[in-house]
Amino acid sequence: MSSLPLTLGFVPLIDCAPLVIARELGFAEDEGLALTLLPQPSWSALRDMLALGHLDAAQMLSPMPVAMSLGWGGLAAQVDALMVLSVNGTVFGLSRDFAARLPSHPGFGDPVAAARALAQAQDSPIRVGVPFPYSMHRLLLDYWVEFSPELDASQFEIVTVPPPRMADAVAQGTLDAFWVGEPWGSAAVARGVADLVLPGRAIWAFAPEKVLAARHGWIAENPETVSALIRAVHTAAHWLDTPRNTSLAVEILARSEHLDLPRETIDPALSGQLSPALGHAPVPVDRFLMFHRNTATFPWRSQAAWIAARLGADAAEQERARDFYRSDIYRDSLGPIGVDLPGASEKVEGAMRHATAVASSRGHMILGPDAFFDGGTFDRHPKT
Amino acid sequence: MQTSLRILVVEADEDRARQIIDALVEAGWSDVHALAQVSGLDRAIRTISPDIVLIDIANPDRDTLEHLSLVSDPKARPVAMFVDQTDDELTRAALNAGVSAYVVDGLTPTRIKSVLETAIARFHVMRQMQSELDAAKRALEDRKTIDRAKGILMRQRGIGEEEAYGLLRRTAMDQGRKVIEVAQALVTAADLLS
Repeated sequence: MSSLPLTLGFVPLIDCAPLVIARELGFAEDEGLALTLLPQPSWSALRDMLALGHLDAAQMLSPMPVAMSLGWGGLAAQVDALMVLSVNGTVFGLSRDFAARLPSHPGFGDPVAAARALAQAQDSPIRVGVPFPYSMHRLLLDYWVEFSPELDASQFEIVTVPPPRMADAVAQGTLDAFWVGEPWGSAAVARGVADLVLPGRAIWAFAPEKVLAARHGWIAENPETVSALIRAVHTAAHWLDTPRNTSLAVEILARSEHLDLPRETIDPALSGQLSPALGHAPVPVDRFLMFHRNTATFPWRSQAAWIAARLGADAAEQERARDFYRSDIYRDSLGPIGVDLPGASEKVEGAMRHATAVASSRGHMILGPDAFFDGGTFDRHPKT
Repeated sequence: MQTSLRILVVEADEDRARQIIDALVEAGWSDVHALAQVSGLDRAIRTISPDIVLIDIANPDRDTLEHLSLVSDPKARPVAMFVDQTDDELTRAALNAGVSAYVVDGLTPTRIKSVLETAIARFHVMRQMQSELDAAKRALEDRKTIDRAKGILMRQRGIGEEEAYGLLRRTAMDQGRKVIEVAQALVTAADLLS
């Protein structure tokens, strides 16, 4: 039986791992798919290639399908998220020069202390690099600044810098701070030019980071292929989040032609052990990056609504955005093979301060925590 | 009228930048600028204030440009990309040629179209040259590998060059592979055993 060729776009970052593993360990082949993974030079290029049909599906920043489908950004197109590829996994860091000019160092992992320290910065504006305008990195930064009483958005100037150039920009003094996905935060630390201040999860404990996206029309025309792809990537995500596979995963990713990154830059994100500063012992960060645990792959419609709301969508647009995260297709693809599914497709984002048992198709499952640092919640249907 | 357009070409490779500018100047635009330095792209764009920015689709700095085109409001419509999205054919042609364009709002599509068509044509030529260069390099590499494989066979089996090549070709045909693949396998095996 010959496999169906499928071309997927990705950006070489640690969290493209589910796609690489689905291919390299044969999970895609098991589903009858022959995956070709095409690295893309930028998120804009990836978006264009997907929108114009040069790619069948692609890894995307979680806000991208929402923005594109609402018609915002460089190239609008109806693009849906089939599943979440990774939850969390980003870091906020400061250039060492900038940190040295602060009266007190913000430390690592405490958003309140970090806000207090940054509030004392003499430099204004503080230039922060993010990978793309429609990125979870930027939304987390915006959220942190908005809900920290010490901080004011006018203190910050946000610029887009391609992740592999982030450390250079910090070293050249073009950036005071950055919010970036691994390995580029740890890479900047290893070069001795930056200190890490926050893991992304310190702002939102369960932030959808990357999604698997495809054109709305293509999804409708290829239901079987879409389901096979979801199953293959889901199996890969499960494999990746099985602790005994971690060291093998690091090895496979390091050897893979798809990533071209040295082993030591892959290890921190997958093991959840980050060195916040050069020479500092690695600090364990619980749930730093999740692929499968706590139903990480489920595309919650409320996540899409939250993203839309944070991008400035009105109520009607938020309502439309729900439909861009295809929990319906996810259920249809994974339900029949016995995957435990949550009872609802929406949740009150931020309501779980701890891991919580909820109703699922097979009884109970553990979700969360998904709290925001300020204790805020997002409910699309707030009770009045 | 066309000549009043200010065009910025973002290209780190001096030679490529020169080729694009020459093509545009030849076609009648005189206000063409090049930017090689990618750091400080935002400042350059503010100073030059171009009507159209042309950038290679493979350039990672596209995301930075994209951000600048959105200004500060994430909901704002960008400064329009690829002219007008209604012109699907032109968008596709640009993408295939590997050029992306950012255009200030309010320019009439026809004025942009001629700039883009010139750029697309030039990018096509450059891409063609690159792929011809790549193909020539690959052919040379392949020949070296086949020569080495022939040499190995001639030594090991005490046969002539023609016979060695015949053996490679027969093996390739029997296995439904290319001669270069068989040669590569032989060279790799010989390297491992030596």
